[in-house]
Amino acid sequence: MDLTLRVWRQPSPDAPGSFETYPAEDIDEHASLLEMLDIVNDRLTEQGVEPIAFDSDCREGICGTCGVMVDGKAHGPMENTAACQVHLFNYRDGDTITLEPWRARGFPLRKDLIVDRSAFDEIISAGGYVSVNTGSAPEANLTPVDKGTADLAFDAAACIGCGACVAACPNGAAHLFTSAKLSQLNMLPQGQPERYARTQRMVTIMEEYFGSCTNYGECQAACPQDISIDFIAMMNKDYRKSKFRNRRAS
Amino acid sequence: MQLDAKIPDGPLEEKWDNHRFSMRLVNPNNKRKFSVIVVGTGLAGASAAATLGELGYNVKAFTYHDSPRRAHSIAAQGGINAAKNYQGDGDSVFRLFHDTIKGGDYRSREANVYRLAQVSVDIIDQCVAQGVPFARDYGGLLDNRSFGGAQVSRTFYAKGQTGQQLLLGAYQALMRQVDAGSVELHTKSEMLEVVKVDGEARGIVVRNLETGEVTSHAAHAVVLATGGYASAYFLSTMAKNSNVTAAWRAHRKGAAFANPSFTQIHPTCIPQSGDYQSKLTLMSESLRNDGRIWVPADPDDERAPADIPEAERDYYLERIYPSFGNLAPRDVSSRAAKRMVDAGHGVGPRKNGVYLDFSDAVGRLGQDKIAERYGNLFEMYQKITNENPYDVPMRIYPAPHYAMGGLWVDYNLMTTIPGLFSIGESNFSDHGANRLGASALMQGLADGYFVLPYTIGDYLAPHLGESPPPTDHPAFAEAEAEVRDKVNGLLSVNGTRSVDSFHRDLGKIVWDYCGMARTEQGLEKARSEIQALRDEYHKDVRVLGENETINQSLEKAGRVADFFELAELMTIDALDRNESCGGHFREEYQTDEGEALRDDEHYAYVAAWGFEGTGEDPSLTKEHLAFENVKLATRSYK
Ligand SMILES: Cc1cc2nc3c(=O)[nH]c(=O)nc-3n(C[C@H](O)[C@H](O)[C@H](O)COP(=O)(O)OP(=O)(O)OC[C@H]3O[C@@H](n4cnc5c(N)ncnc54)[C@H](O)[C@@H]3O)c2cc1C
Ligand code: FES
Repeated sequence: MDLTLRVWRQPSPDAPGSFETYPAEDIDEHASLLEMLDIVNDRLTEQGVEPIAFDSDCREGICGTCGVMVDGKAHGPMENTAACQVHLFNYRDGDTITLEPWRARGFPLRKDLIVDRSAFDEIISAGGYVSVNTGSAPEANLTPVDKGTADLAFDAAACIGCGACVAACPNGAAHLFTSAKLSQLNMLPQGQPERYARTQRMVTIMEEYFGSCTNYGECQAACPQDISIDFIAMMNKDYRKSKFRNRRAS
Repeated sequence: MQLDAKIPDGPLEEKWDNHRFSMRLVNPNNKRKFSVIVVGTGLAGASAAATLGELGYNVKAFTYHDSPRRAHSIAAQGGINAAKNYQGDGDSVFRLFHDTIKGGDYRSREANVYRLAQVSVDIIDQCVAQGVPFARDYGGLLDNRSFGGAQVSRTFYAKGQTGQQLLLGAYQALMRQVDAGSVELHTKSEMLEVVKVDGEARGIVVRNLETGEVTSHAAHAVVLATGGYASAYFLSTMAKNSNVTAAWRAHRKGAAFANPSFTQIHPTCIPQSGDYQSKLTLMSESLRNDGRIWVPADPDDERAPADIPEAERDYYLERIYPSFGNLAPRDVSSRAAKRMVDAGHGVGPRKNGVYLDFSDAVGRLGQDKIAERYGNLFEMYQKITNENPYDVPMRIYPAPHYAMGGLWVDYNLMTTIPGLFSIGESNFSDHGANRLGASALMQGLADGYFVLPYTIGDYLAPHLGESPPPTDHPAFAEAEAEVRDKVNGLLSVNGTRSVDSFHRDLGKIVWDYCGMARTEQGLEKARSEIQALRDEYHKDVRVLGENETINQSLEKAGRVADFFELAELMTIDALDRNESCGGHFREEYQTDEGEALRDDEHYAYVAAWGFEGTGEDPSLTKEHLAFENVKLATRSYK
């Protein structure tokens, strides 16, 4: 099929950027959005134009590396689908597709469609773990977890850390991301001892980089794993409690 | 080259315990006097860096990814083995050991594999304590499923996202150490050279992928946990950025590369649908628990699958291997699929697949149960093919997936360069000529959590009091210059073709001649074609842009240059091995029924290759394998 691309090009963080238009002709409808970019990039290279920089790795929707705004939607037209999983059979011949980077205060732009998402790592390092040294773990089946809780913890843990939730949020908030990790750990027995300290620290770091949540709910629709905004409510509850507990502790 | 596998004495069951006892220790206060570089933060690297940090070492961890959570371990779907015997179905450490040795077609080391089976149980405990949400049964205990090559249920899983959950567990443990200050994390940093001082590994040179800056880092020891090289085939289930560069640059500096031609072609991937394709997608082997594989008995049968009556279907795995059926090991299943497709029974628009059919299982268990077990895989299949696998059987075909070969390591996981270790998929250690499903995650975490952090102490202990060399030592300057020369060289060719176009062509040669079936003639042809294409590459590749900003063509160009050299070594290794074993199938050596024919008398060895120069014949050193606890037998899954 024949498509036209409008792509944000920006050579470096400080340089000005602009949209460029490129033809994407004669492309198989089974190709993915990113495979189309591969083909366009090969053609640009032949013409002596520097290829479009974009992130991707696994190309199967699990590593969270890919991420672009496609016609104004994080990861493109399909709900709960990462950009690498969007195939062109979802488009019509002759369509124009606009590609832009994630735009959010917490994700500074690096080049073309690539942004820096390291703030997510900072949130995790502020408590997104259970403190258990290697070798000190008890026998696994001594800690039964009821299936409902285990399944819900999995649903939260499924987050791929792509940042679509932030990109889709009008406030650039990272509440879905942060609450997914918090909920996973805070609902499991293993996560109880650090529950409130973890919540307090992670939320504090989150607020340093990202906007506030005003319940738009765009994040869940954009999330490739369909992470539920219910987890945000769980986080808020734990956060309120954590303030109370920490007051008592001090 | 001298090879000493350093296998401890004593009975198999006691080797690891005895060894742990006799190894030199670094006392807790002295650990902070040592620094260790870990390159790679996938399952193996993240677990190792975290554990070393917890123990008190000063750790510097490097990854070319923007976060450790992106490593390709994230994509592992099906599960992780452990000899817990929770199902009470007769599993044991010895059985896991035995299955793994046999699955590897008797081309791995008994002592390593036994240790792997031993520590497998600790891995599950550790991960559960971290909060990894493994699947559970209604009683709240851990659930298991079966994988190929085993007749017990010993695979732990988290839906079809086991690798993701295990990697996130290791990543979080790592970030906890970053937070504690014991690990210094360098993302977007690609290691491009190992630096040796007085013959021992003492550091690395890395290039920052955002700024192009080249820097040196020194330490008392270096650990490579840089993953596998199946992306040499271009089309594979690996991530786009997976590559062999770290291991290869170490090889060029003197680390032996073992069994490079032992690659795994995974039987259940979505067949190729066109030439534009950038990768192939795995459909987890766990699907073979409930899916049945078949092709139309009549090659000319053009009917839709549902219209083909039972009697006219060939469930060929169940027919040929009745006792393992659809759970025959990967190499065996892959070759069977190839035979079917080659004989014209292939299905789909390109007649390049076989069916994996869930209708019986859906009928037996209901769609909900199947969705619970494999939901995300079914969705992934539908997104890619636009077909609903609950209604129409999946189409699958083998694809390159894993590298059993890798850097040669001894029992302590040290390469032939003293002070340079290799763990996870980047080493060759435990899977022989064929890896069983769900055992790579096990090996990566065994190496990272439970083996390396202890064996490295034995190497470090006698170096107490020594400082790592300063980074202005001439060895670093030399390595940095090499890196800059390579980068500038690639940028200045200014030919006509993109890096990807070369990689694609290279991958096709390797797939055609060093893939599922190999012959002497084909391999010789492949070697000369690879050499010719490599020459063309260095004359005609076009890398635009500059070094100083993100330049993905430049990143790829360096990696593809290394793939060219690796690919040649793969063909040389495959030519050397005049037998068929595991994933290495030489057509000249097969039984009347088309099964692999091993030659234990002449080839029960690990082929460890030494680098002698690009395009030069490498040197071969053989590590002979002794089997004292298992009987060498023709593998039978009938
Ligand atoms: C699709 C798929 C499904 C799989 N499913 C299963 C399964 O169900 N069960 C199972 O047991 N196994 C499975 N495997 C295999 C298993 O996932 C891998 O073998 C294993 O995860 C590899 O882990 P690793 O830590 O060795 O490497 P990786 O996870 O690949 O990590 C490599 C790391 O090295 C870094 N790196 C590499 N080179 C450099 C360099 N030059 N400089 C800096 N950093 C570098 C990368 O950034 C990354 O951090 C699967 C594999 C694939 C591809
Ligand atoms: S590339 Fe991994 S999620 Fe898209």
